[in-house]
Amino acid sequence: MNAVEVNGLTKYYGEKKAILSLSFNVNDGELFGFIGPDGAGKTTLFRILTTLLLPNEGYARILGKDVIKDFKFLRNHIGYMPGRFSLYMDLTVEENLRFFASIFNTTIEENYHLIKDIYVQIEPFKKRRAGNLSGGMKQKLALSCALIHKPQLLVLDEPTTGVDAVSRREFWEMLQRLKEQGITIIVSTPYMDEAILCDRIALIQNGSLLDIDSPNDIVAKYKKRLLSVETSLKHLAIKSLENYEHKVSVYPFGDSIHYTDIRNNFETADIKDYLVSKGIVDCKVVEIEAGIEDVFMSLMKEREHEQ
Amino acid sequence: MRTFANFILKEVYHITRDWRSLLVLICIPIIQLFLFGYAIRTELNEAEIAVIDHSKDYITQEITNKLISSGYFKLNAYIENENQIEHLFKNGSVKEVVIFEPHFAKKLEKEGKASIMLVADASNPNIGTLVTSYTSSIIRTYQLELNSKAIKANTLIIPEVKMLFNPELKSVYMFVPGLIALILMLVSALMTSITITREKEMGSMEVLLVSPLKPQMIIIGKVVPYVVISFFNSLTVLALSILIFKIPFEGSFLLFTFESVLFIITALALGILISTIANSQLAAMMMSLGGLLMPTVLLSGFIYPVENMPLVLQWLSYLIPAKWFLIILKGIMLKGLGIEQLWKETLILLVMALFYIAISTRKLKIRLE
Repeated sequence: MNAVEVNGLTKYYGEKKAILSLSFNVNDGELFGFIGPDGAGKTTLFRILTTLLLPNEGYARILGKDVIKDFKFLRNHIGYMPGRFSLYMDLTVEENLRFFASIFNTTIEENYHLIKDIYVQIEPFKKRRAGNLSGGMKQKLALSCALIHKPQLLVLDEPTTGVDAVSRREFWEMLQRLKEQGITIIVSTPYMDEAILCDRIALIQNGSLLDIDSPNDIVAKYKKRLLSVETSLKHLAIKSLENYEHKVSVYPFGDSIHYTDIRNNFETADIKDYLVSKGIVDCKVVEIEAGIEDVFMSLMKEREHEQ
Repeated sequence: MRTFANFILKEVYHITRDWRSLLVLICIPIIQLFLFGYAIRTELNEAEIAVIDHSKDYITQEITNKLISSGYFKLNAYIENENQIEHLFKNGSVKEVVIFEPHFAKKLEKEGKASIMLVADASNPNIGTLVTSYTSSIIRTYQLELNSKAIKANTLIIPEVKMLFNPELKSVYMFVPGLIALILMLVSALMTSITITREKEMGSMEVLLVSPLKPQMIIIGKVVPYVVISFFNSLTVLALSILIFKIPFEGSFLLFTFESVLFIITALALGILISTIANSQLAAMMMSLGGLLMPTVLLSGFIYPVENMPLVLQWLSYLIPAKWFLIILKGIMLKGLGIEQLWKETLILLVMALFYIAISTRKLKIRLE
């Protein structure tokens, strides 16, 4: 059975389309990621899936139940962590957890085994107010609160935004362990490097899906040769490459520049020579494997061309 | 039920942890009580009066002197006839006119009684009553003096009090019922609308909605602690006004409690209604202050008598729950009325409560939009 079944889902805010005819399935026990920039429609989609918003068109079935008709059933069986941090800052760690357990008619003791792995890390601070926790600890507490009623589906809206790199990695390890326990997880993130940790990902942009596949397959679909340019004159290099007659795309990528060429047989030295001729002497040009972000950029560009 | 108890417990934590707000909640009513209490009990100091003396004898002269030498009054003018009174009052400087009837001393000697008419400008009801009661008491003292001198035993000087501009003068005690209404409105409506919109603003409403909790439960759970606080506040104000300001409490305490709870429920429903419309704490606060507190202060008859207002405002005042609550409270506290006399106002309040509960529950959303 599919944990999530979505077909033709559309949502308007007034005139503006937030999501446009989305269709996808999430398998039982899958860790499914939505990758896309801010404003892509991830939060709207998640709110429809968690019965908080009504779609204008299409349908969504969660655990075999309709999100509109069976919202009461679903509210007992979904764990939801909204993007905005939703704990009570003036309550202690333990009080927060106890409160969320009680509104789902359960107790910490009853389902302690579910959250044990995560909760032991913050248990030493259980008398501390949530507002005084570090970002990573808040996130662990929020996850514990979302898990305490033993949900069959966990919906996490940008759980790692604003959290340090170490805590992010820990968080994804926790998600892997939850997946092993059989909980289906849907997660959204603006970080491309986290996409690789999902079973399957959906790339979302302007309310539409660009592609759905496993991270490896998505990267494998990338056929172009990708060059990475490193130089201290980054600004000038981007400008120069923009004007290069054979360029397809140029964009900054961290400290380097990613560049694709219209030709298939060319040497990296050609690019280097061109840059040197433009006065950028100290530069390093190497061919690299594409990442999810490169795929995202190229799909986005194709989509723009189509329109 | 355990869920619900936990929900209330959580709300109590919110309130007690934010001890500054709690302190404000508890202290503001008391501060207001003292402000209003002493603002109304200001001593008279050289209030200007005018005298119409139709008798011009030694007793009227003596009474006039007593009034002026008391330090409370200052003679503005002797005037000749009553037609000038309104003109004087409209100029604003004169607060009271003392009128002695013709042949005052003679009447007092022959018939044993004579009357003085006290006409006060009651456009400010508090000053109106103050000046007349001070004048009456000076006249009474003088009368006792006369009697003790035994020139003529059992003389009687009758001060007849007449209020201009506001004939049905409201009691100065009115501020206590008004204050109770104001506090209940403040805490019940303002605080609940703010606390509910805070959950919306913080995003925790999303999580609460995606739980098996019914929206009604969420709202009731948030509101219950504030009912307790506001009821506690109204009791504090009542106790202090009886102990310190010696306000009478003639009626039934049970009825007072019942009517207060009815008014609290009305105010809560209004607060909930605001929270369903407002999306931020600031918006909720502005709506509560502008839409609820201002009308409660201005149109309920708490400070300004409704009878003196333009007709449109008088009609508008019928829609203010506090107006009816004030009539009920004054009835209970000052006149000792029971439900037999107050059922009409109670019924109006009940209908309002049910009406607002009906719309606010209809507007409660099970989703985010």
